[in-house]
Amino acid sequence: MKTPFRRGRVAVACLSLLSVSALAACGSSDDDKKTDAVEELGKSEGQVSILAWPGYVEDGSNDPAVDWVSAFEKDSGCEVTSKVYGTSDEALNLAKSGEYDVIAASGDLSLRLIASDEAQAINTDLVPNYENVFDFLKDTEWNSLDGKNYGVPHGYGANLLMYNKKNFDTAPTSWGAVFDKAELEKNKGKVTAYDSPIYIADAALYLMKTQPDLGIENPYALDEDQLAAASALLKEQRQYVGEYWSDYLKEIQAFETGDSVVGTTWQVIKNNVTNKDVDVTLPTEGATAWNDTWMLSSQSENPNCAYKWMDYILSPKANAQATEYFGEAPNSPEACAQTTDPKHCDTFHAGDEEYAKQLWFWRTPIKECLDGRTDVECTDYAQWTQAWTEIKG
Amino acid sequence: MTSTVPDTDQAPAPALRGPVARPGSRLLHRMVWLRLSLLLSAPLAWMVLVYVVALAALLITSLWSVDSLSSEIDRTWTLDNFRTLIENEVYRNVTVRTIGVALAVTVIDVAIALPIAFYMAKVATPRARRMLVVAVLTPLWASYLVKVFSWRVVLSEGGLAEWTGLGSPGYGLTAVVITQSYLWLPYVILPIFAALERVPDSLLEAAGDLGAPGSMVLRSIVMPLLVPGIVAGAIFSFSLTMGDYITVNIVGGANQMLGNLVFVNAGAANNLPLAAAIAMIPIVVMLVLLTAIRRTGALENI
Repeated sequence: MKTPFRRGRVAVACLSLLSVSALAACGSSDDDKKTDAVEELGKSEGQVSILAWPGYVEDGSNDPAVDWVSAFEKDSGCEVTSKVYGTSDEALNLAKSGEYDVIAASGDLSLRLIASDEAQAINTDLVPNYENVFDFLKDTEWNSLDGKNYGVPHGYGANLLMYNKKNFDTAPTSWGAVFDKAELEKNKGKVTAYDSPIYIADAALYLMKTQPDLGIENPYALDEDQLAAASALLKEQRQYVGEYWSDYLKEIQAFETGDSVVGTTWQVIKNNVTNKDVDVTLPTEGATAWNDTWMLSSQSENPNCAYKWMDYILSPKANAQATEYFGEAPNSPEACAQTTDPKHCDTFHAGDEEYAKQLWFWRTPIKECLDGRTDVECTDYAQWTQAWTEIKG
Repeated sequence: MTSTVPDTDQAPAPALRGPVARPGSRLLHRMVWLRLSLLLSAPLAWMVLVYVVALAALLITSLWSVDSLSSEIDRTWTLDNFRTLIENEVYRNVTVRTIGVALAVTVIDVAIALPIAFYMAKVATPRARRMLVVAVLTPLWASYLVKVFSWRVVLSEGGLAEWTGLGSPGYGLTAVVITQSYLWLPYVILPIFAALERVPDSLLEAAGDLGAPGSMVLRSIVMPLLVPGIVAGAIFSFSLTMGDYITVNIVGGANQMLGNLVFVNAGAANNLPLAAAIAMIPIVVMLVLLTAIRRTGALENI
């Protein structure tokens, strides 16, 4: 009985050693990462590999009527391979593999790509369609750093407040509808919220407007006390939440049936709800939002085709097709003229700078406070995740 | 090794009809260990790679940490993840909730499966039995997601549950228990059915002939033969519920279970070490449970 046991232990020890070395072997290999922008373009490589949100790179294989990739392939001679991702964190891991030339990144991803040397600066002179882009989308804090531009804007949209008119005597105009106790009491068990740590920023935005003593300047730059305050607000909200959503089809159905009557949403969700009583509003406090950027990988082997793609997807026609399909605001007035629904840009408030000023675009919370404070350390995304776990309980 | 190596023949062998054994076969015939290792190496390698190495990798990963900005894994040994699990109340609550749901699902499933399996094995005509087996197996042909989303629709406001006048519990833990009980029921019925089928009718008749009352037949003949089946079914439903995170996402309202925490940390927060540490919880629970069951001897007859 003794020997096999000991032998078993030796075997286990060997196995763990083996797995450690196997895991260690998968570690990083810091080879030639080019983070500086190129001066001029060379010859086309004949291929480009793209990493993007679902619905950004459609070649007709999902829906034959939805295809803007084939035209690009024909014109540029660059064959496109693409991969979609579900969360910004997944995209970060995929981008690190170095297999992708171009990445469509939201604001909560772009800075992380730059920080980990995965992004190459962009020479916007080589992207002719860049000059069409709305000025307020250029050189922003989520697509440039230290005066260097790391990406070209794709489109943007806000996280709005959706509500069922039947449950409100007067239409809500404030996020208080989902954060104020008296308001919540009316819709107990029918409140919904976005299921991601980034939703903490929504609570922080509300606190920023309602409790100035907390001193929140930017909902993505929270020190420990401010994060605790936002968590407390969300824990209180948790008592009234029927369910959290991350799958947008789930929210459509919940509003359709009336299981949810108030909560945060995207414009594209509202457009898909057929229930006439459901409406959306941009509350007076403003809102959190996303703003997506096409970035170039520092490990790209096909930079010339990558530039061609960025220029193509910024062209009015392609940008109109892609943003209309996804349900977000296009990036240029020329693209607005090309949408099949003439009212698309009005619906999504494209180019409305006043509207965009009320939006706090998603960014990655990091230890260095994004609002410029240096006397305190801010909470980072890992702490937000921990807080979110505790909020849901 | 008991007399597997034959002695050389004393008597002259009868004329061989087939070809003489090839050298390879003769070698394998003589070397028992070689035969065994050739036979077992492929499945063993598979077992080791898929189960043991994966588990070891999980354990090792849980002892690492992650750098929050670049999200690189920091490979210095630390027990921080386990400290987080122990010090944070939320993980205890979620663990207790998950075990509670798994227990409820198991009890409900066994309670429903016993009479159904008994009817299938002992009462129904052979024709009806075949029909019933097919009926039990049919739900397994439909996609898991389709079934869970159907339950979402059934339990929604103004859904089927309200039409029937029973009323809907709404989305929440009750909905999770109902849905999971439905999902795993076939996995509980089948082993109990198989165990019941193995109870020979002659034993029951003999017991009846000897004057044993029904309760005694059940206690001293049926149950001992049935326990392994029940245990097997219970292990299925319990472990499947412990690991699930999609059902609770769809019909669980605002609740989360252990699987959701693993998913959030692996998928969204990119904190694989913490996800690995959380994944150890259901493994430990299952190990404790299996050891306890083994003590009772119920595993020997599976």
